[in-house]
Parts: sequence; structure tokens; C-alpha cells
Amino acid sequence: MELLPTIWFIAIAVLWTGYLFLEGFDLGVGMLMKLFARNNTERRVLLNTIGPVWDGNEVWLLTAGGATFAAFPLWYASLFSALYLPLLLVLVALIFRAVAFEYRGKVDTDRWRAVWDWAIAAGSLVAAFGVGAALALTTTGLPLNANGDREGGPFAWFSGYAVLGGLAVVCFSLLHALAFLALKTDGDVRHRARNWFVRLLPVLLLPIAGWAISVQLLSGEAWTIAAVAAAVVAAVFAWQFGRNGLEGKAFLSLGVFLLLGSASIFGAAFPVVLPSTLNPDFNLTISNASSSDYTLGLMTIVACVGLPLVLAYQAWTYWVFRRRVSAAHIPEAHSFLPAIAARALAPKD
Amino acid sequence: MDALEIARWQFGITTVYHFMMVPLTIGLGLVVAVIQTVWYRTGKPEYLRMTKFWGKLFLINFIMGVATGIVQEFQFGMAWSEYSRFVGDVFGAPLALEALLAFFVESTFLGLWIFGWKQLKRGVHLACLWIAVIGSVFSAYFIIVANSWMQHPVGVEMINGRPVMTDAWAVFTNNTALVAVPHTLFGALAVAGGFLLGIAWYHLWRRRHDGIDTVGPDGKVIPGEADIPGRDKADYKVWITSLRIGAVVAMISFAGTALTGDLQGKLMFEQQPMKMAAAEAACHDGTGFSVLSVGNVGSQNCDEIVAVIEVPGILSFLAKGDFTTEVKGVNSLLDQYKADYGTHLPDNPIYGDRAGQEIEYVPVMEVTYWGFRMMIGFGGLAALAALVALWATRKGTVPASRGLMRLAVVGIMAPFGANAAGWIFTEMGRQPFVVAPNPDPSGIDQVFMFTAAAVSPGVSAGELLTSLVVLTAVYAVLLVVEVKLLVKYIRGGVVSAMPELAHAPAGENEDATPGPGGPGKPGGSDDVLAFAY
Repeated sequence: MELLPTIWFIAIAVLWTGYLFLEGFDLGVGMLMKLFARNNTERRVLLNTIGPVWDGNEVWLLTAGGATFAAFPLWYASLFSALYLPLLLVLVALIFRAVAFEYRGKVDTDRWRAVWDWAIAAGSLVAAFGVGAALALTTTGLPLNANGDREGGPFAWFSGYAVLGGLAVVCFSLLHALAFLALKTDGDVRHRARNWFVRLLPVLLLPIAGWAISVQLLSGEAWTIAAVAAAVVAAVFAWQFGRNGLEGKAFLSLGVFLLLGSASIFGAAFPVVLPSTLNPDFNLTISNASSSDYTLGLMTIVACVGLPLVLAYQAWTYWVFRRRVSAAHIPEAHSFLPAIAARALAPKD
Repeated sequence: MDALEIARWQFGITTVYHFMMVPLTIGLGLVVAVIQTVWYRTGKPEYLRMTKFWGKLFLINFIMGVATGIVQEFQFGMAWSEYSRFVGDVFGAPLALEALLAFFVESTFLGLWIFGWKQLKRGVHLACLWIAVIGSVFSAYFIIVANSWMQHPVGVEMINGRPVMTDAWAVFTNNTALVAVPHTLFGALAVAGGFLLGIAWYHLWRRRHDGIDTVGPDGKVIPGEADIPGRDKADYKVWITSLRIGAVVAMISFAGTALTGDLQGKLMFEQQPMKMAAAEAACHDGTGFSVLSVGNVGSQNCDEIVAVIEVPGILSFLAKGDFTTEVKGVNSLLDQYKADYGTHLPDNPIYGDRAGQEIEYVPVMEVTYWGFRMMIGFGGLAALAALVALWATRKGTVPASRGLMRLAVVGIMAPFGANAAGWIFTEMGRQPFVVAPNPDPSGIDQVFMFTAAAVSPGVSAGELLTSLVVLTAVYAVLLVVEVKLLVKYIRGGVVSAMPELAHAPAGENEDATPGPGGPGKPGGSDDVLAFAY
């Protein structure tokens, strides 16, 4: 067993889990802009719960991608090139979504806001689905040849697992966002979010459970199956806490669910990082896809210093903005008086 | 077009576009941080206004850099999988470190800065901006380390046909990177300088045009006030100070780019002599710098190029620091490259249809020759304009001329053009290599990769064309949106970024933000959310 590639497999699993945990709720909040919020004030409440943090959350995706490139270049190259078109969609979705957060409030008209609300909601949906599909396929396999390149054309990646994984992340993000909103808002939004959370939890966790179980059927081990069972217990706790109005505990239990679920999935896939559905000899594993021990060692040292720092200052951000947001905090949209109006006072040219 | 050409166009378009946003983010970020620091220390209201106004424009631009940056990281794997497989052991690390050590810092602390005007103490709030800005400087360092390794591979050994990192110190202190980083940072500051200069000029002109500021008989400005929020005497100070900061930044950064560019050029004459020969369209060995070469410089055929005006000795000075050393031209380099790296691409399936074709070692000279001159020309023009602007505003305001104002606004584009031209020159001048060989003959000279071998073998031309069309269209739409928003907020003036000015009587508005006593001091309207979303 190679130590450093194993450490980096775990590190990448941690980065993806961190991504799903953090960006999970802001992707979900993005989708809820259309599904949940009833008016502009509520939409601004939703936006302001994630405003200070969503960009930092998205960096987890970049770091997961960059770490995969650095630690397992062959995994990165095969996965990203095989999923060319779906990842293009993810990119476009993330571009529109990011720009929408920033630009939505910059022009004070309903039409302008409606356009960017759709960009946020659709962008979040597509990004969540695409990331979920990609993660599911890296655990269930792609039609790769001996060089690690996709055979069978631009859509050869498509399978039921892609749909399952996509749905899994979309539904989990929605549920996670409801738990987050119940925790981060006050007033009507808070109570509705909690109600929705309790009512929808059993349905919204089905796809991710389906994915976890499929991976167990493909390559499960005793401990990973136990992790699935523990995840189910955590989900039951989350549901119970939600019913009792313990929003913080419900949110944390859902986080534990994600952690266990993700451990069961990545654990079952290990040591294969990307199976080939054409021939098991072409599987990419932690041994044949990884960088040298020198590079991995260097990265390990940097990550040991860097990652705790990231966690510390990101946690501090959540502490700074710990106050619940409610409709009462949302000021009127400022329609600024442009300096151009001064023209009226100007003497003639 | 085949897959390789489409992939190259896509990389070129997305990168040049991304690098429209990035230098403004880095340069303007540094400038805003300094301005906010001055406000923190002096409490002068005009510096708070400047922080908010330039900060708002900074954010509108920043988000575009973020959004288009993700494409950059993904497309190595998506479109250039063979490249990623070949270089991953050494090239992936700086990318991962950029995300871990720079992007996290940048995005998290910027979020704190945007939303933390009230929650954070003034000093902590200012520190957040500095940390974010320093994060952006670090990201520039890491990505240039990665790029420099493609220009000049170091710190690796070939093991099983792939370069494997053996000396991280050499990779992270690559001399190519050490000169490229300051060059790029000065280039970014030049963009910010031109941006401040052009926009401040517009507003000073506007105040004169609207009859708010007048000019006395001695030619000196008499700042006035209009009974409109935000158009008071402090507003005059905002613009004249911004203009002077912009002009000084533009001039200093041009001097900086010139000095670092000279060092970079001397390195490149050693590391990639063909790039520099092509920058000169210099076919024969010599010492002269071409001021104008005619003939078809893009013909790839040296016989058609005639240097009409040539200054003897200057090329030697650029390359070696003296006026007499002969610098090798394309013709003699060509023989050397052919001897060292072969005349034809190997018969290997990773070259696709190009396997066995003759290798074209001379970059597209039209691009290198003019790219090099546009970089220097636009940069110099901007610095000259800054000097003229300082002189023209010595009596406190800009001339009333509308034409000059337009020129100042259009001039904002010049440093952007210089940045783009510089990158296009350096990247296209490296062709036909994606990883250019390090000529140092210690074994490392065999670490190189032809661009023709780098593209994803499993991805079809159709997929690449789809993404090229989609990304170009999305980028074009967003460019229109960004520029429209920037123009709207620029024309709106300070009050567009500080609506609280419109709600408080003039002179009292600065109290609305937390004073040195700490956060949470009751203020006017909730301007924090207005500043953000």
C-alpha cells in the first residue's frame, strides 16, 4: 500500500466533501431563489445568508480540481476530458451564477432582477447536477481505453449513474439549504424552511442513498456498508432535530450524514480512482494515476499548514456573520441619484 | 480547423479575456487598499469616498475574473489532457497551491471586506482588504510559476518519459518566474493607473462642464458645490486626488515594466532565442533593432522581409547589455533547433494527423513582431499620457476640452492592450512548443513538449468547437453587461457607490460609517447591504 497516494486520495475525498458541505447549501439556496422565496425581499434574505461566503465556498471546487491535477494528473486528465460537454455546462452555469450574485442588485428594475434570479437558480441547479454526475461517474466508471481516453463519442459517458449522481447532489443541496436557512434566517423564512426541511427530508435523501448503495453493490466493503447504515442513522437524527426545532443540531446531523455518505462512497471506490467500463485493466488507481512521492510529499506539507488555516479563517467568517438575517434587515433597494442629474443645473454649453 | 487549432483558439480567447479582468483586479485592489489605509490614518472624507467608489468598480470587475478563472483551471484537463498527463507532476502543484494558499484567502477576506463594514472594527476591516489583495498577488506568483515552467522547465528529471519534480525550490524560484512576476504586477498597476486617470479626468471635466468648478483668472481651479448629493467640494478632492494617484501609478509602473521587461528580454534571448529573433523578425545574425520591417513579416519566409529602419547596436543591448555582440537570427537558429529537436514530428499516434509532419520552428512572426511592439508602444503611450495629464492638471483641474476628455477615457484601454499584447507575444512566441526546451545542456534540454501532442485525444473537434462557440458567446454577452454596469456606476459618481450620501446632509455623511470607536455605532441607512447586494 502506497502511503502518500492513499493520503492524497483521502485528501481529495475530504476536499470534495468540504465542497459539497459548504457549496451544497449555497447551491441549494440558489435553487430556492425560485422554488422557495416568494418575493424580492425574501430573495434578498436568501442572498444575504450566503453573500459573504459563497465565493469562498466555491474555492473548494477549484482546490479539489487543482489537487486532483497535482496529486493524480492521470485521473484529472481522463475525468475532465471524458466529461467534456457536461463540464462545459457546469462552467457556464458557474459563470452565470457568480456574475448573477454580484450584478443582481446593480440595476433597480424587476426585469433585471428576474434575469439574474433565473441565472442564479438555473446556474445552481446545473452546477449541482453536473458536479454530482461527474462524481458519480468517477466512482462507477467511464468508457476509457488503455491511454485513459474516452471511447464512443461525446455522449459515451452517459449512464443511469450520471443521472442518479446528479439528482443526488441537487436534492442534497436543496435539503442542506433548507437546514441552513432555518439556521441563518429569522421570521417567516426560518419557519417555512424548517417545515420544508422536515417534510422533504425523506424524499430528498433518496437519490444520494441510491448512489451510496449502488457503489456498495459495485465495490463495497464491510466498513463502507456500515458507514451507509450510520449515515441513515444521522439522517434520522437530522429529521428528529428538525421536528423539534433544534436547527443547529439538524444542520450538523445533516453534515454528519454527508461525511459518512461520502466516506462510504469514496471508501468503496478505493483504491480505484476512475474505473474503465471497457476493461478493468484500464482502471486508474491510486498507484498508476498518481504523481511522484516527491510531489505528493511537498503537497502534504503545504496542505498540513494551509488547510487548517483555511478552515480557521473560513470558520471565523461564519462567526462574524453569525447574526440571523430576516426580512426586517433588508433595506429598501437604493435607487441612486446619478451625478448626471446635475446637468439640469448646468449653465448652457 | 482541426481539434488542435480549435483548442488553441479557445485557450487564447479565454485566457486573453480572463486577463482583461485580472490585472484590473490586482492593480485596482492594491490602489484601493492604499486609499483605504490613508482614510484609516487621516479620516479625510474624500478617501472614504474614493475607497467606496473605486471599491465598487473593483468588485464589479473582480467577479468576472473569478467566473472566468474556473474555466482556466478546468480546461487543462478538458481540452489538453495529454499536456496534463505529461506535466501533471510538476505543473499541478502550483495550481493546487494557488487555490489553497491564494484563492481561499482572496475570496474569503474579500467577502469579509464587502459585508464587514459594520461588523468589523475599522482596522480589522482594512486588514481584510490587504489580506485579500496580497492573496491576489500570491495567485499571480503561483500561476506565473506554472507558466514559467512551460517557458523554461527546471527542477525535474525525465522518468518513464515524463518530467518528475526533483527540486521544488528550483521550480518555485525559476528565474523566468522571478522576473515575470514583477513585470506582470507592474503591468497590472499600469492598468489601474490608466483606469483612475481616465475616469477621474471624466469627472473633473464633468464638474467644469456642469459649472460646478470654475477657473479663476490665474488659471487656477475654484472648486464649487452644487445642491445635489455628492457634488460638493469633497467630490472635487476625490477626483483630483484620484487623477494624480492614477497618473503617478501609471508612470511608476511603466518604469517598472520597462526595467523588469529588460531583464526578462535578456533571459529570453538565452532561454528562447527563437522567440526573441521572431520578435525582431530578424532573419540574419546582427546587432540592430528593427524600428520598421516591411515585406510580409507573417510569411514565415525570411527572404521576403526587409528591415527598412534599423538602429544598430540596440538589439545587442536588449539581449546582452552591450552594443556589439551579434545576436543570432532566425536562419542560424533554425538549423540549431532542427539539429537539437528534430526536423519532423515523431510517428506517434498522439500527434494525430500531424505525426511525421515537418516541424515549423519559427513562430508566426506577424504576431511576435507586432505583439512585441504593441506591448511596448501601448505601455509607453500610457506613461506619456500620464505625464501630460499631470502637467495639464497642475492648476487643479482638467482642460474644458471634450475631445481631450474622450481621449483620456479611451486611453484607459492602452495598458489593457499592452498586457494582452505581451501575453500573446510570449505564448505564441513559444510555439511550436507548449513546454519549451530549456537550452541548458544538463539533461533537462530533453524536457519539452510540442503543442501538437498536448491536446485531448479523446475529445472531438465538434466538442471543442461547441465549447469555443459557447464560451465566446457567453464571454461576449458578459463583457457587454460588465462594461454597461461599469459605465453606469462611473457616470453615477461617488453617490452610486455611497447612497448614504444622498440621505444625509452634506458634511455629516461620513459619520454614517463606524468611527475609530468600533463597530456598531448607529449610522444612517444600512449602506453595507447597498454596497454589496
